[in-house]
Amino acid sequence: MKHTISVLVENHSGVLSRISGLFSRRGFNIESLAVGPTNDESISRITIVADGDDHTVEQIEKQLNKLIEVIKVKTFGRDEFVARELMIVKVNAPADKRSEIMTIAEITGAKVMDITLTTMTLEICDRYDRLCRFEKVIEPYGILEMARTGTVAVERGAEYFSAKK
Amino acid sequence: MKMTVSQAMVECLKAEEIKVVYGYPGAAICPFYDALLDAEKDIKHVLVRHEANGGHAASGYARISGKPAVCIATSGPGAVNLITAIATAYADSIPIVCITGQVNTDQIGSDVFQEADVTGAAEPFVKHSYLLKDPADVARVFKEAFYIAGSGRPGPVLIDVPMDVQKMTVDFKYPKTCEIRSYKPTGKGNALQVKRVTEALRSAEKPLICIGGGVFASNAQAEVVALSEKLNIPVITTMMGISVLSDDNPLFVGMIGTHGTKIANYAVNACDTLFLVGARVGDRAVKTPLALEKTTKILHIDIDPAEIGKNIGADIPLVGDAKLVLQQMLAYIDKHPDGTADHTAWLGQIAEKRTPVKFEKPVKGTVNPKEFLQKLAERMPANVNICADVGQNQIWTSRYYFKRGGRFLTSGGMGTMGYSLPCAIGARMADESRPTIAICGDGGFQMNMMELATAVQYGVDVKVIVFTNTRLGMVRELQTKGYNDRQIAVFLDGSPDFVKLAAAYGIPAVRVKDSKSADKAIEMLAEEKGMLLCEVVVDKDFPTL
Repeated sequence: MKHTISVLVENHSGVLSRISGLFSRRGFNIESLAVGPTNDESISRITIVADGDDHTVEQIEKQLNKLIEVIKVKTFGRDEFVARELMIVKVNAPADKRSEIMTIAEITGAKVMDITLTTMTLEICDRYDRLCRFEKVIEPYGILEMARTGTVAVERGAEYFSAKK
Repeated sequence: MKMTVSQAMVECLKAEEIKVVYGYPGAAICPFYDALLDAEKDIKHVLVRHEANGGHAASGYARISGKPAVCIATSGPGAVNLITAIATAYADSIPIVCITGQVNTDQIGSDVFQEADVTGAAEPFVKHSYLLKDPADVARVFKEAFYIAGSGRPGPVLIDVPMDVQKMTVDFKYPKTCEIRSYKPTGKGNALQVKRVTEALRSAEKPLICIGGGVFASNAQAEVVALSEKLNIPVITTMMGISVLSDDNPLFVGMIGTHGTKIANYAVNACDTLFLVGARVGDRAVKTPLALEKTTKILHIDIDPAEIGKNIGADIPLVGDAKLVLQQMLAYIDKHPDGTADHTAWLGQIAEKRTPVKFEKPVKGTVNPKEFLQKLAERMPANVNICADVGQNQIWTSRYYFKRGGRFLTSGGMGTMGYSLPCAIGARMADESRPTIAICGDGGFQMNMMELATAVQYGVDVKVIVFTNTRLGMVRELQTKGYNDRQIAVFLDGSPDFVKLAAAYGIPAVRVKDSKSADKAIEMLAEEKGMLLCEVVVDKDFPTL
């Protein structure tokens, strides 16, 4: 089962390597990992989507908490959070296919970032599963290149995840 | 006060009351060594003969002193050599602080001479590590390093210091305390959980206490004895928990596991409630934890929350420092004296399984190592440090050297061959009132025998016993039993004459081949001051168990 885990860490060099090392060393599977700064410049936030049963996730949380530079760990319960991922994709788009692709973009909420005589570059920011569906629809046109950020997530509702609490 | 970073590093060690450091110099750590020379009166530097052994010596020192100990290496190969010792200390939760030199900051990453990314390479085996790039951080980093190494679940901390940083000037002041917002180890246990564990343990019909290395880490030996006696509950140990209880304590059952005693393994399978104290249920201690958790109620104290539920599911988990938690339990029992079940029948059930030890007659020209160790234990004072290496010698020592209050030291988790002699050197230097014996086989001894020179040079009175069977005995046995006796790469035929080797170092030595020479050697080991090497000839096919 997939789990989305948020980790607040000290903004030190080497932290990411400690975390990714921990996952590979202990045999935990990462589906995606996204890291970025937060409103507190001393803290970075890492969002990890990992696959595993409840026992595995409990171990992941505990092992993450053992790392000295990890300040807080939270695994979100199903449907308790909002999540987004950004995908940029460059597809074959000869003149006769452009309008078809535009229609797909309109329906899925993708935006055109760039266009040439033969290609289009689209961006879409949505949930992981919707990106996968978008990919399936766009694939027949010929995907030339693709980049995805990995999921970032925050909790729904007025509750919030902070180092200070 | 203005000083160089190197001088500041020395001041940090002084502030942490470090009296001895084990190390091996090289170009990238020379500025620090230069500053050490000025502190000779306060800090004794012991030049080991290999960096890993510096780490093992620090480990032995830390285990006896109960405080983090220090080892030093230079950049590149020096630092990388140290990694085995770091991993060994990590596996057994031993607090050591390792200081390594690094190439100049502006050269990092360009593969210059003797450059190795040691913080990266050691990352899986450290509790924490630092690459000290900003001279202003030196005091904070050292304060944190000692605090992290020694607190919570102890472990090794590495500080890598580039050579140019060592030479920079800094305004130094050592902080009295340190505050790490992301590191708050638990001390006392949750009161409700303490009550639940205590009630479950005392009311059980067949309870059993299993103690591990965590008991030593938190210095909870007296509390374990007190609790077991108060509730009249038998005690088993993992290899790391050996010597918490005296072997003649009537409640002591033995060591469990693959190489444990039959009676201890019987007890663990027959009990209805197992109380784990600072034991992580490693695979060598409990082979089938999933089967055990189905039939037995598991109560588990550990200071590391990640150990609870990792290898075995706990019915009642309790996070906290063993000493504090056991004190809480004892206090609870004092307040609520009723409710302890009568465990006499259960103790009787275990006692029935006790069988007298019988020693098989050795092949002519050899000695039964088990009998030798038992006789030696009878003759040695109680407060001895017994440092066992890895392999058959380790199991013989764990089972047949009768402990009465001393310390049994070994590399339990990592099983690092060559650990015993450097560990013994450190252990002896930490407390010179304790006689110290390193016990090894002829395999492990040849991984560390260069440290005889270290012991001679610094006048460290360690006794060394080498069981020689010209085999890597435990692997040989594995090949015999598991690989149809197809023996390969287990023959140590090129070994030197160990008595002559000792003589070359100026160390008195004896060879034991029969019971008469055994008695004489035991007398010498117990009575003579100064180093002594004792080779004990063992039959090549002598079994582990």
